Amino acid sequence: MTVTEASVRAEVRAWLEAHWDPELSLRDWRERLADSGWGCPTWPEAWYGRGLPLAMESVVRQEFRRAGAVGIASGGGSGLAAPTILEHGSDELKRALLRPIITGEHAWCQLFSEPGSGSDLAGLTTRADRDGDEFVISGQKVWNTSAHHAQYGMLLARTNWDVPKHRGISYFAFEMEQPGVTVRPLQQMNGYASFNEVFINEARATLHQVIGQVDQGWSVALATLAHERRLAGIHDDTPLEGSGRAIEEYREERAHVMAPYVWYPQRYGRVDLIVKRARETGRDNDPVVRQEIAKLLSLQRAAGWTAERAKQARVLGRPPGPEGSIGKLCGSHIARQAADTHALISESDALLAGEDGPEAGIIAEILLSVPGQSIAGGTDEIQRNILAERQLGLPRDPTTDAGKPFRDVPRNVAD
Amino acid sequence: MRSLTYSDEQEEFRSVVRRFLDDHSPPTEVRRWMEDDAGFDPAVWRRLCDDLGVGGLHLPEAYGGQAFSAVEQSIVLQEMGRALLCSPYFGSIVLAATAIAHGATDAAKKERLPDLANGSQRAALAFAEQTSAWSPHDVAMTATADGADFRLDGSKRFVVDGHSADGLVVVARVPGSTGTDGLSLFWVAGDADGLERRRLESLDPSRKLAQLDFAGVRAAALGAPGTAAGALDHTLDLACIALAHEMVGGAERVLETTVEYAKTRVQFGRPIGSFQAIKHKCADMLVDVELAKSTAIHAAAAAAEGAEDLPLLAALTKALVSDAYRTAATESIQIHGGIGFTWEHDCHLYFKRARSAAILLGDATHHRERMARLLELGASKASA
Repeated sequence: MTVTEASVRAEVRAWLEAHWDPELSLRDWRERLADSGWGCPTWPEAWYGRGLPLAMESVVRQEFRRAGAVGIASGGGSGLAAPTILEHGSDELKRALLRPIITGEHAWCQLFSEPGSGSDLAGLTTRADRDGDEFVISGQKVWNTSAHHAQYGMLLARTNWDVPKHRGISYFAFEMEQPGVTVRPLQQMNGYASFNEVFINEARATLHQVIGQVDQGWSVALATLAHERRLAGIHDDTPLEGSGRAIEEYREERAHVMAPYVWYPQRYGRVDLIVKRARETGRDNDPVVRQEIAKLLSLQRAAGWTAERAKQARVLGRPPGPEGSIGKLCGSHIARQAADTHALISESDALLAGEDGPEAGIIAEILLSVPGQSIAGGTDEIQRNILAERQLGLPRDPTTDAGKPFRDVPRNVAD
Repeated sequence: MRSLTYSDEQEEFRSVVRRFLDDHSPPTEVRRWMEDDAGFDPAVWRRLCDDLGVGGLHLPEAYGGQAFSAVEQSIVLQEMGRALLCSPYFGSIVLAATAIAHGATDAAKKERLPDLANGSQRAALAFAEQTSAWSPHDVAMTATADGADFRLDGSKRFVVDGHSADGLVVVARVPGSTGTDGLSLFWVAGDADGLERRRLESLDPSRKLAQLDFAGVRAAALGAPGTAAGALDHTLDLACIALAHEMVGGAERVLETTVEYAKTRVQFGRPIGSFQAIKHKCADMLVDVELAKSTAIHAAAAAAEGAEDLPLLAALTKALVSDAYRTAATESIQIHGGIGFTWEHDCHLYFKRARSAAILLGDATHHRERMARLLELGASKASA
């Protein structure tokens, strides 16, 4: 039978009518999702899914929303770890790890970045030394959202120091709850602690916990990063209506998962508040303020039209252009200009934070959150390199580490 | 959402125009006509009108045009900007013919537009005066009724090709009127009695500007007297968008040639384009150019559909694209280094066009202030 949007819609709708029960515990409901395959319909049928094409995911999602039904646990587990395991993991790992991701029993975090390797991720120095059928792992990770309540981490560590940097990395399904693992909240300059840092001191992972092959973890990491980029565009902020045990438990879970992101709106500079605040404060009469507002709104609109132009070109089947990096760079420009304009509008009131500050502290939060925008997800400088090298065809930066055993590559003094 | 991409047919039209201009407007020709007082090659202009029909592209068929829209016109303008073509297109078609198309009576359109569209006559739009406001509402030139005709007294400045045009579309007002009231469009023959024309030495010799002095010059009204303000505002909005497309074409070309140079110029044993300082400049130029292009294309689509927010979009577009082209042309000279600052290199040709186009019809600051007014910023206090 051919799969059409209508057939999928009818099937999932019928299944939800027969099985969705808000009075179940969240865990019991998700066991049903795992058994039926409707929780993650694009996964293979052998592994808790229904093997549907990617395009059907939104159809199923719509029907869940229509029925007011809770889906599988969201976060790094279902979004990043599961697709990576499905692609590169052994059957043993799939059996052990996928179901608890669906039910929410296991939360996952990403253990990629290190204090010494941000833009140059493949220069990481967390080490995993072979000890029989196990590895002994030591190092420090950073920017680990949810590490404080995760049962597993997607961990990159170096297993071979005698080959070039990309070829000596392994990817582990790393157990967080074991001796030698310390998770510490990392406070940011805006006062929030959305991320953690993770200290690993002679912790252990078995050979079976390697996802993909030993030393071949870089390509597995690229798969995770590709899923991360894909997810960046998908955000479902619609709160579920209705009541019942499963829904209450879901709301608690969601509040927990979303907590690190509370300041994210401020990170984008809040262009939406600019005209309103200029009018309220009467600063919209100031010729300098007027110029800055016009510049900001122009840039924001131009960025929107550029994204739309790229989208329309894709629909026409024309090759993809530089829009990803352009969008990221525009986001940084807009955020910075918006923050500066807010400061200009608020004048000396911008000195004040919290309840004493303008917009009950939002303006202070904007000013202190915006610098993160041009670093997160690849710095502005990396985006410029991408544009220059891939789009404009300028020569790549000469590297001093290509082809060299990682052992001989100069590294941060602290390592 | 408006269509922001060109169709395959439109892209085909672009390549025809580009091939023609590659052949007829290489930098050697640009330099030749920059030095020349008339400032363009009549043979090339005739072929652009006869063979490619650019003169009447956006004009209605009833007046000798082809009834395409601002979108098709935008392609021609981008290509002309790329090639730095020295031609009557901007002065005679974008400014004068558009003003007639929107502000003249049917009879006057039938009389004037076909000759402009087919290139046999060239006109200039004279509206700016001793002011940097670029707004027809500030016009001081008076038109005094004299029988069925009028007598014009006053001066016009910054008139594109005003020294050489066959006819002039002149903005003047009823004596004693102010602002948007009492404005009319007049037709004046280039050799009329009492008219003195002087070419002004200008920053960008590829676009000629003139000073025109009127002492009781006899003129015929093109439209209903006293009602021209709306048509003029609309003409200038369209002209801002048209000029933006010319700038987009120039900026794209500047980016291409600069990137090409950065790939081939070797210093310290490497192409300079492998240095991040240069790469990042080029990447920033690319971002600027892409934003400018999207904005200009969006504005042309809005013009084609007669959007209500056209004044806001025109102001936004003129300001944003001017800044992008000027920055690109400046960085282009910087990346070329010493050779970029020489007369023999072509960098300065684009730099001059970028600088002058940014100022013509009002600079970025002017248009951002216009945006602020149109967004009704400060409206509460202004009305108090």
